[in-house]
Amino acid sequence: MTTLQSYLILSALLFSIGLAGALTRRNAILVLIGIELMLNAANLNFIAFWRYGPHPEALTGVMFALFSIGVAAAEAAVGLALIIAIYRHYKTANLDKVTTLKG
Amino acid sequence: MHTGFLLLALLTLASAGAAMCLRNLVHCALCVAISFVSLAALFLTLDAEFVGFAQILVYVGAVAILIVIAILLTRDISGHGQSLVFKPWTLGVGVGALVAGSLVSAVTSSAFTHRELPPAPAATVRQLGESLMTTYVVPLEIIGLLLTAALLGAVLLARRENEGGGRS
Amino acid sequence: MSTALDQLFVNLKHWVVSRFPADWQLPVGMLISAGAIIVVFASLFAITVLAERKGLGRIQNRPGPNRVGPFGLLQPLADFLKMLTKENIIPQAADGLIYFLAPTLVILPTLLSFSVLPMGRNMTAVDVDAGLLFFFAVGASVELAVFMAGWASRNKFALLGAMRAIAQMICYELPLILSTVAVVMVAGSLSLSGIVDHQAGYYGGWLARWHVFTPWGLAGFLLFMTAATAESNRAPFDLPEGESEIIAGHLIEYSGFKYALFFMGEYFGMMAVSGLGITLFLGGWRPPFAGLEWVPTYLWFFGKLGVCIAVFIWVRGTLPRLRADQLMNFAWKFMLPLTLINLLGAAAWHYTADWSFLGATPARWLLGATLLGAPYLALSRRLFGGHGIGPRTYRFAT
Repeated sequence: MTTLQSYLILSALLFSIGLAGALTRRNAILVLIGIELMLNAANLNFIAFWRYGPHPEALTGVMFALFSIGVAAAEAAVGLALIIAIYRHYKTANLDKVTTLKG
Repeated sequence: MHTGFLLLALLTLASAGAAMCLRNLVHCALCVAISFVSLAALFLTLDAEFVGFAQILVYVGAVAILIVIAILLTRDISGHGQSLVFKPWTLGVGVGALVAGSLVSAVTSSAFTHRELPPAPAATVRQLGESLMTTYVVPLEIIGLLLTAALLGAVLLARRENEGGGRS
Repeated sequence: MSTALDQLFVNLKHWVVSRFPADWQLPVGMLISAGAIIVVFASLFAITVLAERKGLGRIQNRPGPNRVGPFGLLQPLADFLKMLTKENIIPQAADGLIYFLAPTLVILPTLLSFSVLPMGRNMTAVDVDAGLLFFFAVGASVELAVFMAGWASRNKFALLGAMRAIAQMICYELPLILSTVAVVMVAGSLSLSGIVDHQAGYYGGWLARWHVFTPWGLAGFLLFMTAATAESNRAPFDLPEGESEIIAGHLIEYSGFKYALFFMGEYFGMMAVSGLGITLFLGGWRPPFAGLEWVPTYLWFFGKLGVCIAVFIWVRGTLPRLRADQLMNFAWKFMLPLTLINLLGAAAWHYTADWSFLGATPARWLLGATLLGAPYLALSRRLFGGHGIGPRTYRFAT
């Protein structure tokens, strides 16, 4: 049977992939994708801990995952709008080109 | 059961890795969509039916679509021939590997994590809805407020700055 | 006798499944259900295409296909052979894998969404607790498939058509989902069979308690079907693939069997969303009047599905195509506010259920009608700017 450990390791690896991607890629959209992957890894942890935890009838983990999905949707919308606004201004979505605060 | 989990885990990790490594941005977005779907399937293996469906509805139906539209809108004209990653790319990957190593060692050394799967809890949609409307009603309202604010903010941000009378 | 006929297919499946060893029973049962869904809806697709071509022909005062077989009845077979034997062209610049995956990804979600629809008493392939959410979740992945088709073709018309289609689907998904929320609110269930059970019983002993026979249900059904027409890219909302302006949109580079898959996906989507409308508003597999329970329940479901498809064909033959700005205005300034107000209408109907004075029912209807009719009039006046129907003025670029 699958233990809690396998879910936690999977989520740790997913988190690290997202982190490494967000740290290395130049394109702002890919950084956002990396952040989404990290959020998803956290969601997997919430669900796994809820399912294996001592009080699954309390539904806390499920609720946290649901709210985090909602927040992630809001974050993606605002983040992509910011990227598009930056692109309009600098004509690029490369993060190392966006270095000045005053355009 | 276990082979199913292994297959899904492999699919998730492979598509997430591909999303972070591929050159073509649209391929990255489609790979991350695959990763979202396999995560939803993992939620289903954990008897979190509602979260799994919500994950597909929100991430595949909205976030992935937003990402591909943003990719098409920010087609980089000047970016050809440049490196796709920041120059000392080993630094970022190193930090990622370090985090992975420490997290995995922490997880494997904990006694708590060797737990077997308890019998499935009876988490019906009705229970979920009732607790959303009683215990979690304040967070629910705040999420609604947040989403409205995000909607307005996104519209304002993405609007052209010099918008006068009609749309250009 | 009538229950035996009603449960014929259910019992047949149980009989076949019980022949297998215990470990095999679950997968075999799933395979049988999936096979039945594919066979039934694929043949329904063939019948619908023929009916559509014939019906459109009649509406446009021409005979329609009448050469293959008696009265042209074998036309679907001829179409199928033609599609199968046509050359399969892949553009040189196309992104091979994504170009190949897109048609399958259009078909798969719609087939999956059939699995949660209750097509008769005990005839739901997978009766999940959150069936409605499942339906919309798998439906959401069609948008990604449309994008893949448009992008992988490397054709600017394909990409434009795909972006139009995605914009339209996202805009109309909101009213589509919000109009079902009213049903969920009143029925108190996300399970589709639970919603069908909520519509059991009869008003005054003869008229079924379908949701469509309430003011909010009627308005919700009309809003739902309008949004469903847009969601399945049917005329008058078929801008993404308008042949005369954007030469079939994201389908432009597809030929042969891949095109047939897209075509099939569109019809399956129409049937799935009509099936959902039937389940939510038209009582699912329940008969409309008391005393008709002897008719097998699956016949009621597929009969209602046939009527819905006929209405889709009729609308396609009658209404002209919208402009892109009209499409967006209609979704955001008309459909969305009305679906939100419809939630209030549903709540009003629900909380006045215990009125028992003389003439309570007409009073409740009057309340519901004002609650929904007044915003309808105000919104439509605002949307069409007071100038109503008259001669059009054209503005040209100078």
